[in-house]
Amino acid sequence: MAKADDAMITGAVGPEPGEIEDTTDLPAAAAAVVPAELVADSLRQYARARLAKTLSGDSGALPVILALVIISVAFEIWTQGLFLSPGNLVNLFIESMVFMTLGMAEIFVLLLGEIDLSAGYVLAVGAAITGILVQKPGPDWPWWLAVAFALVCCGATGAVWGTLVSRLHLPSFVVTLAGLLVMWGVMLVILGNAGGVSVASSVLPNQHVLYQIVNGNIPPLAGWIALAAIGALLGGLIWTRESGRRRRGLVAPPPGVTAVKIAFFVAAGIAVVAICNANRGALTRVVEGVPWVVPIVFVVLLVWILLLQRTRFGRYVYAIGGNPDAARRAGINLAAVRTWGFVLAAVTAGFSGVLYLSWQGGTSTNVNGGQYVLYGVAAAVIGGTSLFGGRGKIAQAVLGGLVIGAIYNGLYLQGVQVQWQLIATGVVLIGAVLVDTLSRRGTLSGSSTRI
Amino acid sequence: MNSNSDAQTSTVVSLPNLSSAAARPAGDDESLLRLRGIDKHFGPVQALYQVDLDLPAAQVTALCGDNGAGKSVLTKCIAGIHQPDHGEIFWEGRRVHIRGPRDASSFGIEIVYQDLALADNLDIVQNMFLGRERVQRMFLDEDSMERAAAETLKSLRVTTVRSIRQPVGSLSGGQRQAVAVARAVMWNSKLVILDEPTAALGVAQTQMVLDLVRRLKDHGLAVMVITHNLNDVFEVADRIAVLQLGRKVAEGVVSEFDRQSVVDFMTTGRSDR
Repeated sequence: MAKADDAMITGAVGPEPGEIEDTTDLPAAAAAVVPAELVADSLRQYARARLAKTLSGDSGALPVILALVIISVAFEIWTQGLFLSPGNLVNLFIESMVFMTLGMAEIFVLLLGEIDLSAGYVLAVGAAITGILVQKPGPDWPWWLAVAFALVCCGATGAVWGTLVSRLHLPSFVVTLAGLLVMWGVMLVILGNAGGVSVASSVLPNQHVLYQIVNGNIPPLAGWIALAAIGALLGGLIWTRESGRRRRGLVAPPPGVTAVKIAFFVAAGIAVVAICNANRGALTRVVEGVPWVVPIVFVVLLVWILLLQRTRFGRYVYAIGGNPDAARRAGINLAAVRTWGFVLAAVTAGFSGVLYLSWQGGTSTNVNGGQYVLYGVAAAVIGGTSLFGGRGKIAQAVLGGLVIGAIYNGLYLQGVQVQWQLIATGVVLIGAVLVDTLSRRGTLSGSSTRI
Repeated sequence: MNSNSDAQTSTVVSLPNLSSAAARPAGDDESLLRLRGIDKHFGPVQALYQVDLDLPAAQVTALCGDNGAGKSVLTKCIAGIHQPDHGEIFWEGRRVHIRGPRDASSFGIEIVYQDLALADNLDIVQNMFLGRERVQRMFLDEDSMERAAAETLKSLRVTTVRSIRQPVGSLSGGQRQAVAVARAVMWNSKLVILDEPTAALGVAQTQMVLDLVRRLKDHGLAVMVITHNLNDVFEVADRIAVLQLGRKVAEGVVSEFDRQSVVDFMTTGRSDR
């Protein structure tokens, strides 16, 4: 019996002889529902477990990556080499940034099992407020104060929706649908009769900074140095953390898996910087370097990952999405967490409004917030976030946003009219939900294999 | 029998922060929790009449009763969710008022409800610490939580889970029950109340949960099992208390009862045997 007591449950421990065996815990079933990196001791075992999971229907991020590859190849052939040219890829990154950040905004509320339909027009209001405040003649605020004020205003609207949903128990679908209309009206009021504002002036420093967020580039050498620094820092952090956990006998993936993971991220970073650093200017004009928006969105992504994965608040967001009753009995303040979820979603949507303003060099009453919010939800769902709460990761918005951006960009390159863009995006969205639902049905427990 | 060898090894391993009171005899005034003359009514409906109940440490008390006998109301009075209209509650010999669930857990009373209250999308460690996470400089202290959870599960000899980091949704019914019980005993608890712990389980998993209940007893905890499964009662209980229509109609050590007498008490309130 001493042997049984020595057995660590943290490892992959099978039932001890003479102990009551749990008959439902058959190896095949377990292989299908337990995350592969928890049961593997080596890279080879990990690959085998991962393959077993994929075959049993839980495919993780694979379908999105596959979809991205198929879309890229198809457009590359269709546009005869234009789609994957550096200049177009940078355009694609920039366009995707708005979809990505809107997707991040939606993930905050989707994880709670709610939805925010107002995000598109919160984006529009965020862009309008920021734009108006840096006009001269006009308020002529410093750019950072204008951005901060816009984000606070957007956050306040989120607080209103969140309070109505969490304290008065109104359905979030209806509350934020009303919010969509209200914010549409608010945007029209802010922009007034002029119908739009421009921030494309190169002589007004505050407008120039805003414009440069998306349209300005980091010098190529600085881009490489920054990538090396970030790669070394984050790679080192991940490696130290996981090897430390292995040393202390805690659950951690095998060293090979950690190394492959870090190598994958570094490779992706190198690819992005290499593409952006290629000269994409026409004729004699040199345009090169990573647009500032890329590292800015990356930092926002890291902060939100930290918040959702490493703090109590984030844990409670997942708990409420998974089982609100369990969360309530555990003493979690559901109303507060839900309200903050809506606030953070609205702040993130406002932030994507600032990116939109910079990208377009201004904003107008023509912003189609209704379409943007649907792209945001689509980015989250295509990335793999569940519409029913509790399952999803903020980083999934990146892949989902890229898919939306790629369709948008590729069809635009071909001069395909907007109606076909809409139809194509809709088909991809249905495909994503289909893959999600089928894979969930394929797994045995019917629940949560992708948290 | 398997449970005997379990009992011996379990006393070697001690639960964190848990004083062993395994050898304490069960007399009336020695009981961890004593209820005296508990009355509770909701409007015109009298749910409990003058209920007395003793829950001694290191013993399993089965609370039996048909539907509507008042088992849940009595449990909720102990949990602090309901306040009794009359009657006294003694905790470790002192008269106390349990005004809310927080009071109950501060005394060391934990209740495992029938639906277990687990979040399927969170892993075992996350569920065991839900609402009481350890934090270090703003961020969750995953390492220390994982270690403490592993230790508790180990001391309860829950070793069939593949990984402590797997989502609770991927566990079997018995394992889920084990996680819920482990969560309850982690917090310095002295009394654990299990509501129908085997209701939805198959034969093997029921055995696993009953073994777990015995281990709690071996750790010196008072255990109350609410059930109408008489197999469970006679397999695991040291004492039996029977409620019928809000009255306690029988209470005593298990040897004073047999199946038929328990059924008689549950249905008619008395037994001729």
